[in-house]
Amino acid sequence: MKSTLLVGALLTAITTTGAFAQAIKLADVAELSGGGATVGTNWKNGIDLAIEEINAKGGVLGRKLEVTHADSQSNPGVARAQVQKALDAEPYVLLGPGYSGSVKVTAPLAAEAGIAQIMGGEAAELTQAGNKFLFRTSFGQQSSMPKVAKYIHDDMKAKSVAVVWVNNDFGRGGRDVVVKELDRLGSKVVADLSTEAGQADFAADVGKIKAANPDAVFVYLNEEESARILKELKRQGVTAPLMGETTLIGQKVIELAGDAANGARGHVGLTTDAPVDLIKTFRDKFAKKYNYVPDHNGLKGYLAVYMVKATTDKMGKVDSKAFADTLHGLTIKAADEPGILMDVTFSDTGDIDRQSFLVEVVEGKQVVKQVLPKVK
Amino acid sequence: MSNLFDLLVAGLATGAIYALVAVGFTLLWQTSQTINFAQGEFVMLPAFLMLAAMHAGAPFWLAIILGILLSMLLLGLAFKMLLVDPMMRHGVLPLAIATMALAIGLKEAVKQFFSAEASPFPSIVPTGDIAILGHNVSLQSIGVLVLAILAVFGLTALLNRTSLGHQMQAAAQNPTVARIIGVPVERMILLTFLINAFLVALASLLITPIYLAKFTSGEVLGQAAFIAAIVGGFNQVRGAIAGGLLIGVLDNLAAAYVSTQYRAAVPMIFLIAVILFRPQGLLGRAEERTV
Repeated sequence: MKSTLLVGALLTAITTTGAFAQAIKLADVAELSGGGATVGTNWKNGIDLAIEEINAKGGVLGRKLEVTHADSQSNPGVARAQVQKALDAEPYVLLGPGYSGSVKVTAPLAAEAGIAQIMGGEAAELTQAGNKFLFRTSFGQQSSMPKVAKYIHDDMKAKSVAVVWVNNDFGRGGRDVVVKELDRLGSKVVADLSTEAGQADFAADVGKIKAANPDAVFVYLNEEESARILKELKRQGVTAPLMGETTLIGQKVIELAGDAANGARGHVGLTTDAPVDLIKTFRDKFAKKYNYVPDHNGLKGYLAVYMVKATTDKMGKVDSKAFADTLHGLTIKAADEPGILMDVTFSDTGDIDRQSFLVEVVEGKQVVKQVLPKVK
Repeated sequence: MSNLFDLLVAGLATGAIYALVAVGFTLLWQTSQTINFAQGEFVMLPAFLMLAAMHAGAPFWLAIILGILLSMLLLGLAFKMLLVDPMMRHGVLPLAIATMALAIGLKEAVKQFFSAEASPFPSIVPTGDIAILGHNVSLQSIGVLVLAILAVFGLTALLNRTSLGHQMQAAAQNPTVARIIGVPVERMILLTFLINAFLVALASLLITPIYLAKFTSGEVLGQAAFIAAIVGGFNQVRGAIAGGLLIGVLDNLAAAYVSTQYRAAVPMIFLIAVILFRPQGLLGRAEERTV
C-alpha cells in the first residue's frame, strides 16, 4: 500500500512539474542550399541559437521548443513540397522560407492549415494578399523602398539613376516600388537592368551602366550576385555612388566582394552593427557559437523564435489557432522581452514597424550613418 | 564605341577561360573518346583545394602549387584509373553517364565538406586599370586573357613542335599504328589527362576570383565550354580555342545588345545553327575520326 502511494505521488509530481511536458514543435523550411544558401544558413543558425537560449531558461510556459529544419534548395517548388510535409506534422508555428518567391507559393498552404507563418521574405505583395497567418521579420519593400528613393533623391542628389534588379519576385517587387518613387520625386531612371538569379558574369550589365553614366546606381540583387556586380563595377571603374538595401551591404557580401564593397550604401532594417546593445550581445553570442558574424538573416531567424515566445507568453497558453490573432496589432517591447532586440509593432497585415538604419561600408565594415525612428 | 571595346575585352577574357576548359574536352575526346560531362566541376574543385590549403595555413603561392598538383593527381591520374579505364570497356555512352554521376558526386562532396555558401577567392592578377588604345581596360581582364593565351600557346607548341606532342597526336589519330611504331600510347593518354587537369586548375585559378568559389560554379562553365568545343570543332584544339573566345564574346554582346534575359539562349541558338549547317564545327574536320 505504501509503495503504491509512493509510485502514485511520483507520477503526479512528474506530470505536474512539466519536466516531461510535451515539447512545442516548430517547423522551419529554409534555403539551406542553392542560390539562397547564405540566407537560409544564417536564418537557421539564428533560429537554433534562440531556441538554445530559450530552452536553457526553461522554455516557453515551461515547455521546451523543438524545431525541424527542411531544405527548400532555394527552389519555390521544393519549398512548397517541404512546407506541405512540415504542415502535415502539425507544427505550432511555421518558420520560413526566406525567399519571397518561396513564401508566395507556400503562404496559401499555411493559411489553409490555419498555422501562423513567420517568414523572411521582403516582397511588397506578400502581405497585401489578405493572408491572416503571414508575418514578416523585416520590413516589406513598401516600407523600405520609399526611404531608399528619398535618400537617393535628397541626400545623394541624384538626378539620373541606373536600377539593376534580379528577375524574381523579390527583385521585381523592389524595382517596381523604387522606380515609381524615384519618378514621383523627379529622379530619372536612365538604365533599368534586369539580371538573372545565380548570374556569374556582370560585365555586360556594368557596361550598360557605364554607358548610361548615371548620378547613382541602385543595386537590388541577392547576396552573391551583389558581390559579383560590386567586383565588376570596381573592375570597370564605375565611380557613381552605389545605393541598395540590406542585400547590397550584408556581412556575406562584404566578405565576398572585399574592397569592392567599400563605399556602397544601403537602407537596413536589421544589422548586426546597429548601435543597439541587445543586438551587439546577439552578435557576440552568434559569432561565438558559429565562428562568423551573421548578416540580417541571422537576426531574422533569431527574432522569429522570440516572436513565437512573446506571443505565446502573451496568450498564456500554447494555441496555434489563436496565435495569429494575438500577434496582429501586438507591440513587443525589448524591455519586456530582450530577445526581440528592438521595440516592434505588428500590423493587421503582418507587416512590422521598427526603427531602421542607413549604413555605409567603410573599410570592410558596416558603419551606421543615420538611425531612422519607428514610424508610430 | 568605348562600351563595345570594354565588352570585347571582357568577353575575350571570359572566352579565354572557356577556351582552356574546351581544349580539355577536345584532348580527352581525341585521345580516349571520353566525353567528360564533369568538366565544369573539374574547374570548380581546384579552387576549393587551394582554399583548403590556405585554411591549413599555406600562403597563396604554395596553395596554388598544391592545388594544381592535387588536381593533376585527382582529376588526372585518379579520374583515368578509377573511372575512365574501368568504364571505357563498356563503351562511350556508359562512360559519359558515369562522368555525369561524377559531376553530381563532386558538387555534393564540396557542399558537404566545405559549405553550400560561396567563398571569396584571391586574384593572382592585381586590380586596377591600364590604358590601351585610349581606353581604360581592367588589369584583371588583360591578365586573365594573357595567362589563358600563354597556356593555350604553350599547349599548341607542345603538340606541334615537340616529339612528345607528335607522339600524343599519333596516339590520338591512330593508336594501333602508333603502337606498332613504338609510341607508348597508354602513357600518352595519361599525359592528356594530366594536361587537362592542369588546364582546368588554371581556369579555376583565373575564373574563381570573378565567379566566387561555390559548389555550383562549374555548371555554367561546363556548359559554356561544351558548347564552345562543339562550335569550334570537337576534334581540333584550335577549334576549341576559337569556339571558347567566340562564345565568350557572343555571350557578352548578346547581354548588351539583345537582352540580358535571353543572353543564355543566344549561344544555344548559335550551337543549333552550327550543328545544322556545319556539324563538324567551325574549324573541325569531318573525316578525322569515325565513331
